Formats: sequence, C-alpha cells, structure tokens
Amino acid sequence: MIMTDIILAGIGQTPVSEHWDISLRELGFKAIEAAIADSGGLRPQALFVGNMLAPNLSQQAHLGALMADFAGLTGVEAVTVEAAGASGGAALRQGYLAVKSGLVDAALVVGVEKFTDAIGPSVEAALATASDSDFEAVQGMTPTAQAAMLMRRYMHEFDIPADGLAGFALTAHANGASNTNAMFQKAIKLETYQKAEMVSEPINMFDMAPNADGAAALVLTRRELLPIGFSHPLVRVAGSASACDRLALHERRDPLWFKAAQFSAEKVIKQAGITLDQTSLFEYHDAYSIYAALSLEAVGFARRGQGWKLAQDGAITLSGKIPCATLGGLKARGNPGGATGVYQAVEAAAQLRGQAGANQIAGARHALIQSLGGPASTAISHVLERAE
Amino acid sequence: MEIPRHWRLRGQRYGLVGEICPHCEAKIFPPRDICPSCGQEAKTLYAFSGKGEVYSYTTIYEAPTGYEENAPYTVALVKLNEGPLVTAQLTDVGDQPIQIGMPVEMVTRKLRQDGDERGMLVYGYKFRPVFQS
Repeated sequence: MIMTDIILAGIGQTPVSEHWDISLRELGFKAIEAAIADSGGLRPQALFVGNMLAPNLSQQAHLGALMADFAGLTGVEAVTVEAAGASGGAALRQGYLAVKSGLVDAALVVGVEKFTDAIGPSVEAALATASDSDFEAVQGMTPTAQAAMLMRRYMHEFDIPADGLAGFALTAHANGASNTNAMFQKAIKLETYQKAEMVSEPINMFDMAPNADGAAALVLTRRELLPIGFSHPLVRVAGSASACDRLALHERRDPLWFKAAQFSAEKVIKQAGITLDQTSLFEYHDAYSIYAALSLEAVGFARRGQGWKLAQDGAITLSGKIPCATLGGLKARGNPGGATGVYQAVEAAAQLRGQAGANQIAGARHALIQSLGGPASTAISHVLERAE
Repeated sequence: MEIPRHWRLRGQRYGLVGEICPHCEAKIFPPRDICPSCGQEAKTLYAFSGKGEVYSYTTIYEAPTGYEENAPYTVALVKLNEGPLVTAQLTDVGDQPIQIGMPVEMVTRKLRQDGDERGMLVYGYKFRPVFQS
C-alpha cells in the first residue's frame, strides 16, 4: 500500500435533468471529458463505472467496455461497480483502492445513470430490484414505499408533527437554487411543503428526491504524479470505507437504525484522524427526507429520534453547525442513481477547493460524504480533505 | 419471473414456513440457514402461526410492472407474534383505518400477474385485519 496522498485531481459533471436528447454513453462521456480536462490531461489506466440500472432500463450491461471505448480509452482496465444507489460511492472506493494499492497510477471514476430510457411501471420494477426480490419486491414493494414505512414508524415512535421533516427539503431547495447543475434551482416555502401532494403517505413529493439522468466523473492519482503546473488546491481522500447491513428491511432488529451508515462513517472519521465536530460539511444520501434524518443519527450528528430537529432548527443550512446537501443534495440537485455518489464527491471537492460559488462553506477543510444503497443496506463513506 | 423460482418458495409463500434455531431457539423468517441471532447453523423448519401486528404501512399508487391492476394497494411491515418482521401487502381492509399495532393474520392471495390473461399468476401470503367479535 502506498502511503502518499491520493488526490482528486479532476472533477466533472453534467447537469442533472431529463436528457431526452443524450444517450447513456454520451452522458457518461461528457463527465469524463470534463474530469480529464480538469485534471490537466491525466491519462487513466483504469476506469470504474458506477451504474445501477442500465441493464434494466437501457438493456445495456458491460458499461466498462462501452464507456472506455466511447471515451477513446480502449485498452484500459474497465468494469462496472454496482451497489444499487451506492454504486457511485462504490466506484469511487474501487478507484481509490486501485490507486492506493500502487497497481494503478491514475484511475477514472464515472457515475452515470439514464433513467429516461424507460418510463412508468418498468422504472418502479427496476428500482425494486435493489431490494430482496423473493421477499420484498414480490409483494409489490417499492423503495419509496419502504421509505414511507420508515418515515411513518419514525414519526409514530418519536411523536413528530406532520411537517416535522420539512426542513430537509427546504434546505436542499435553498441550496440548489444557486447550483446550475441542479435539477431544481428554486427555493421552496414551508407552505409549499405542507400542501404538497402525497406520493405514499406520509411521504409527499418533497420528501423524495427526483430520479433523473446525470453523469459525474473523477480522476484520482497519487500526489507525486500530478501534472506539472497543476493549478487546483489539492483535495485528498482522507478516509474510505464501505459497510453493508441486512439487505431486507424486515430482517433488521431495529429498522430505524442505519447500522451500515454508522459503521462506515465511524471508520472514515477515524482514518481521517478527526472528530465529527471537525467536519465542515456532510453530503448525506437524502433520497428521502427520512433517510437524511436517520443518517444524521447513525453518523452521530444527532441522537436517536432527534435528526429531524437539526433540519428544523437550521443546523444543516450553509451557515449552520453542520451544513448538509450544500449544493442541493439528492433532493434538489437530483438523484441520478448510480451517479449520485460521484456527484457528492465532485461537489465536496468543489467546496474544499473553494470553488462552490454562492454555496461556498468558508474555510471548508473536511467533507464527509455518504452514498447509500437501498435503506442503507450498503453505506459507503468518504472523508475528503483539503491538503496543505 | 420464472415458474421454478416461485415453486421453490411454495413453503414460504403458502405456509409461512421459516426456521427455528436449534441453538438459541430464535424463530427465523424467511429461512436463511445461518441464525441472525447467534450466527450458528439453523435448518430446522418451523411453521409460523400467521398472526401478528402492523409495525408500519403505506399505500402504493404507482405500482411496478405486474402489480398495476391492484393499485392502489397497501403494503406493510408485519411483526409476527413469534418475533420476525415480514414484508407483505394488507388485504380485505374494507373501510376501517389501518393503524400501527393493529392485529393482522395471514391469508393466501394473488400477488402478481405476468403478462396478459395467459400470463403466470403468482400466489402468496398477504395479511388481513383480525376482526373483533
């Protein structure tokens, strides 16, 4: 294992949107092209593609070869990494391991998801493949319904008012307003949340992130291999860990505790040699507002049953105690499935470089990012750090 | 989904057959061969009573492929009297409001339909309210 710093040398992303005119491969390439240019032209030897649904929605597997080929990288090592909604985080971890091992000098990580190749019931069915097919999906269960059941139980156990979780959507939309890559660039009011249409009670349309198309990419290399004249402030991977829980929600003794989120966060905080208080921002996986609340609790920012209060009290805003979803999160930037975890890394790197514009967290030094698959059946955490 | 895949699970789908751990006596559903409580081998079959209560629930309006004709339908996590949680649809609910803690019991119903009228029908467990007499 190499003891030198692993640097996020290049970052790139496309807007998250319904890209009816752009194909899966074109979408991925846009992000790759941007990341390689941003890195000063580093030439990757390995490509890790984070993707969740292309075999289902686009009838396209084998994305390693597809993306490498289309990006003019024929000959490199290239594979897909899949861990449902955590596929992006998983691809980043594989890229990190490859470079950290010393076997690869520069790794390219691209998260890409093309939702709009299919519509309607087939999308719901594809999303449900991330759960236990024999004992969850067969009952007609969907990820949104699972989140709804968790939210109802959470509100029941902790006696939370009907609009108690509104703060997550309000914060995300406020932050997304100044992110030109975000799907929703408009702040919302509390009344808008309160009047929103129900999707699966108690989840309303603002309690869930929109699934949409998007791609984000990273180039990782070791510090000494950076191109001469590399101009960005250095952002290094200070911690990387992955953990899984029982796949099915019904297998858990305590469904309201995201154990894998706890485990992987504890590990990366320790690896980074910091305490939770020292994290400048937390990019959580707010596919649903209840996931944001449960993640804040599992990671340790709030006590059990108290995560929603951080949002209600403004503690997660850009000027709060622990800013979250700083460029809109999944809720406002959008949730492009297997690309989402890579977006989190791109956004956190922008914060640490001081390139986050109106959303900049002053003096950001450590960013915790966490990518979840299903209801934290997989949780992949990273700490990114501005290196001196 | 293919026929053998559902046929293999007939014990679970029609009879709620799980396991009991010979080491720590934990009741296990679905069967998983390694006891989630003590980590030792558990392969002794055990038929659950089918009685339990609602742990949480919601309604699905936008159904996945194969479930559209049932929408909207109610899904739940049911806490079985023997301990485990199970994911299942609620059925025969009528006009009564569903509540957390409501007693329910297992029944066998059609779960999904593949394709057109000649497509395979999949049957399995659902839960209905226990009517108070």
